[in-house]
Amino acid sequence: MTETTSQPIPSQPKRSLFQQLELDVRLLGMIGAFVILCIGFNILTDGRFLSPRNLFNLTIQTVSVAIMATGMVFVIVMRHIDLSVGGVLAVSSAVMALVQTKFLPTYLGLGFDNPLTWIIAIAIGLSIGTLIGAFQGWLIGYQSVPAFIVTLGGFLIWRNYGWLFTSGQTIGPLDKNFLVLGGVNGTMGEATSWTIGIVAVGISLWAMVASRRGRIQHGFPAKPAWAEGIVMGIVTCTILGFVWILNSYNIPTRKLQRMFEAKGEVMPEGLEVGYGLPISVLILIATAIVMTLVARRTRLGRYIFATGGNPDAAELSGINTRLLTVKVFAIMGFLCALSAVVASARLQNHTNDIGTLDELRVIAAAVIGGTALAGGAGTIYGAILGALVMQSLQSGMAMVGVDAPLQNIVVGSVLVLAVWMDIQYRKRTGTKL
Amino acid sequence: MTVSETKTAKQRRADGDTPLVELKDICVSFGGIHAVDHVSVDLHPGEVVGLLGHNGAGKSTLIKVLSGAYQMDSGEIRVNGDKAVITNPRDARTYNVETIYQTLALADNLDAASNLFLGRELTTPLGLVDDSAMEAECRKIMGGLNPNFRKFSEPVSALSGGQRQSVAIARAVYFNAKILIMDEPTAALGPQETQMVAELIQKLKAQGIGIFLIDHDVHAVMELCDRASVMKNGQLVGTVNIDDVTDDDLLSMIILGKNPSQAAA
Ligand SMILES: Nc1ncnc2c1ncn2[C@@H]1O[C@H](COP(=O)(O)OP(=O)(O)OP(=O)(O)O)[C@@H](O)[C@H]1O
Ligand SMILES: [Mg+2]
Repeated sequence: MTETTSQPIPSQPKRSLFQQLELDVRLLGMIGAFVILCIGFNILTDGRFLSPRNLFNLTIQTVSVAIMATGMVFVIVMRHIDLSVGGVLAVSSAVMALVQTKFLPTYLGLGFDNPLTWIIAIAIGLSIGTLIGAFQGWLIGYQSVPAFIVTLGGFLIWRNYGWLFTSGQTIGPLDKNFLVLGGVNGTMGEATSWTIGIVAVGISLWAMVASRRGRIQHGFPAKPAWAEGIVMGIVTCTILGFVWILNSYNIPTRKLQRMFEAKGEVMPEGLEVGYGLPISVLILIATAIVMTLVARRTRLGRYIFATGGNPDAAELSGINTRLLTVKVFAIMGFLCALSAVVASARLQNHTNDIGTLDELRVIAAAVIGGTALAGGAGTIYGAILGALVMQSLQSGMAMVGVDAPLQNIVVGSVLVLAVWMDIQYRKRTGTKL
Repeated sequence: MTVSETKTAKQRRADGDTPLVELKDICVSFGGIHAVDHVSVDLHPGEVVGLLGHNGAGKSTLIKVLSGAYQMDSGEIRVNGDKAVITNPRDARTYNVETIYQTLALADNLDAASNLFLGRELTTPLGLVDDSAMEAECRKIMGGLNPNFRKFSEPVSALSGGQRQSVAIARAVYFNAKILIMDEPTAALGPQETQMVAELIQKLKAQGIGIFLIDHDVHAVMELCDRASVMKNGQLVGTVNIDDVTDDDLLSMIILGKNPSQAAA
């Protein structure tokens, strides 16, 4: 079918400032709420909440939940749920801990802190997480057992396999090279962090220009140049601001001294060195980029969203929705294991209760971040921001000295409130999903 | 595309050529209900066969067997004389069967272009989906189908019933179908859009595509179809040449379930 009469492109009607910027209003709302939250806590804690030290800690505490939340977006978009993520994290962590502290060093005779150990341990952990996820996905997709039931079972099963393997004991200390992935023990330093930040800005701006050029080339409507400029400015400031904050948290003098002593050097008097970007945060950023690419620019992502929007239509369009379910849960399992790497490295040990309640945090992060439980809608960046909001709320309340029961009451209320506001917003704007 | 192209569907039938599709003795039941009960229909290249019948007669169920949405309990499908195995919609696509479903089967959260290419996305050399290329193609084809269509960047949930139907039609005709199934394609369309679909059917017919057209409008069937098969309560009442019958004959077949030839006999 070739028709030559192409659709004319209508002239743009007058639109509001926000519409012209084509910014996601939901996202702005969430950022607004987050900023108010931060400022509020900052006042209550006499400026401690927004100190570089706290922001640094907040960032590395968020990573584990945020990584899993990106996968939960896919799961929920497909109209499923995964209650087993904390359990999968725990068993992957247990296996990786055993591999790097017992199996490889003693049984295989590689010795402690062998440069191969961390790689092998992680490879095994990621495979286990992926396999568990794929197995659960198979039960859901091919055997039609509801995801709620499969993963509720998994919630009990996987964590307790971890318990069986480790006899409930804390395993550690973990491999020295492995610990680098946990956050504070592996940071890029100031200069490298700035470089990474600047490269990131360059790539983002290039991508935006390329996308704009593509639209203009095809003769599609594009937003005005000034609006594009403002968005580019915001992106640049956000990236560089983030690097600046992480760079301005200095490594404590005592620790710095020890680092110099370890190299057999003497620390110059009055030296100040910032931590910079933690490797765990880079892992999160890489995960976010890959997952966003998958969601928006691959067939896999397109099919995930189509299936969430209308499973029958997806099936009738020739999409193998059963296999798709296996893939989505396998991705989720992989990300749980990746989170297990970051979480256990951050704690420097595998503990029996690692990742407890993470399933709730992860689901809450995705939902607060705008993933619709009805399926078909959700964004990766939203889920990460949701994880950050949850973590800020929790750390902030702890810093202010709110009692533990009250903390939970607040977190629970915020979850419900966030979804209620989202529904009101969607009603107002008339979006059905 | 040689000499046979010039033959009309009528000549082909007279010559006893192998039909493009044969649905033979198809049975489908849901629980105890015989939704389709030993029904046989066939279709030649360049022919439009109307499927008529009351609500719940089994028309949609019958064509869903051909489109791979349902599995038949017994019966046989032949494409160009060869037995075809169609167990899911992917199989149907390999036989170049395209379908406009009564329910449209659109993913409401995606835009028109994504729906048009769902399952068959255009990709860049890197294997990533090429949204710009798909939107450009979508704008082209919609231009010939529904000139008032503007909403290319909104999800199809924001479209009117007729606009959604246009997207579903565009999807079925874009991919060089050989066998086209249209289940009430104009149910939601305005008069102008309906006219455009009628012209489209004539054009596709001229290209040698075989079309099953389900429609409750007897006049439209009289105008567009070469033959009509009427179903009642899951069974085939009969198949007639449109040239041999009147509107009233068709209506009485639908309502009374009587074949005019039988009545005459
Ligand atoms: N998925 C299903 N499950 C159970 N029964 C079904 C299903 N699909 C169709 N039926 C039944 O099969 C019979 C035929 O339905 P079908 O949709 O084929 O009718 P139709 O001729 O297309 O009617 P309409 O003109 O209303 O579209 C009806 O009795 C219907 O209730
Ligand atoms: Mg029907």
